[in-house]
Amino acid sequence: MAKSNTFTYEYLKGLWDQNPVMKQVLGMCPTLAVTVSVVNGIGMALATTFVLVFSSLIISLIRKIIPNQVRIASYIVIIATFVTIADYVLRASYPDLSKALGPFIPLIVVNCIILGRAEAFASKNSPFRSLLDALGMGTGFFIALVVLSGIREILASKTILGIQILPDSFAPILVMILPAGAFITLGLLFGIANFYSISLEQRKREKIIKKYVDNNQEKVKE
Amino acid sequence: MKNVIQMIVVLTVIAVISGIALSEIASWANPKIAINRAKETEKAIFRVQPKAKSYKQIKNIDFELYQVFDQNNNPIGYAFPYEGNGFQGKIRLIVGLNDSLNVISRVEILEQVETPGLGTKITEEPFLKQFENLVTFPQIEWIKGSKPTKSNQIQTITAATISSKSVVEILNNGINKLRELKQKGVI
Repeated sequence: MAKSNTFTYEYLKGLWDQNPVMKQVLGMCPTLAVTVSVVNGIGMALATTFVLVFSSLIISLIRKIIPNQVRIASYIVIIATFVTIADYVLRASYPDLSKALGPFIPLIVVNCIILGRAEAFASKNSPFRSLLDALGMGTGFFIALVVLSGIREILASKTILGIQILPDSFAPILVMILPAGAFITLGLLFGIANFYSISLEQRKREKIIKKYVDNNQEKVKE
Repeated sequence: MKNVIQMIVVLTVIAVISGIALSEIASWANPKIAINRAKETEKAIFRVQPKAKSYKQIKNIDFELYQVFDQNNNPIGYAFPYEGNGFQGKIRLIVGLNDSLNVISRVEILEQVETPGLGTKITEEPFLKQFENLVTFPQIEWIKGSKPTKSNQIQTITAATISSKSVVEILNNGINKLRELKQKGVI
């Protein structure tokens, strides 16, 4: 089935149809924990995308020589390698960001998005498709984190990327920076996303029914 | 049997390649990380000792302590990173002290995991400003809810009393440790 998808769809499906956060509900730990500010969200999403793209590519390249019994172990070794590389690069070149993201960079190893895409997609598809899929999923993760952290940062500290947006008279909502704020925002976002998807689906269904009914009425008239 | 050998070979090869890659990356990154850490300490030292022009780590003790000097190379005090328990985890701070350990020049919080929005106020200027020129003799004291009356007192932050108290306790413990060393003539 996957073979019939166009290349554009392989990329685009990660943005909405199969958005890793909104639709697959994967990688919740980093999503909830690091989204206190947009900078952290962007940093986390870029680090995850880096690991996702390279591990998907490598796994897809060697998918035929990995024996089935040791595939998970191999994936974990490959993923852990790229996570450690990302961790070292961040600590060497962006010490501030690395400090802010703290223990969540090493924890990318167990991020379900990466192992999930390796097992569900990269191990069954060609390297190019896997690359597009990984990029799409990374972009989807990026969008979700930026939206979530944007909402939380505005409401908790009146800023976006450190630039003040709301006036001083606005009283910051403290709970948004606490873990509870992450759950509340994520829940509301899920609600909005599902409401939108369902209403889209319903409109499509109504259109089909209407078409069917119209056709039948014409037949009846005839 | 063939499958078993393939399993071993594939996993070994993957592990060896990743090991080689990681050791290469580590040998590239480790010196940079060390430089970053040293730079951070240096910045913190000059922040808590604004009059200092140079510094030297004191070597013959088992923890970090820096002696700082003015432009004529006269010792003017110490910069002392120290840590202790806060409300939710470790608080690590650096304090600038004069030569006789009696007056604080400034305190900076280096690491903390206090409650965001409440306990994290210990890293902000209104709280830290209280420590400038604070007398540490006999001990630093904290009071709650009213303005300090003595020169060795600070006021705790409302809704973050434990975090504020922790900072004072860490400072007292650290300064006592230094005083002992000073009496023994080690520093």
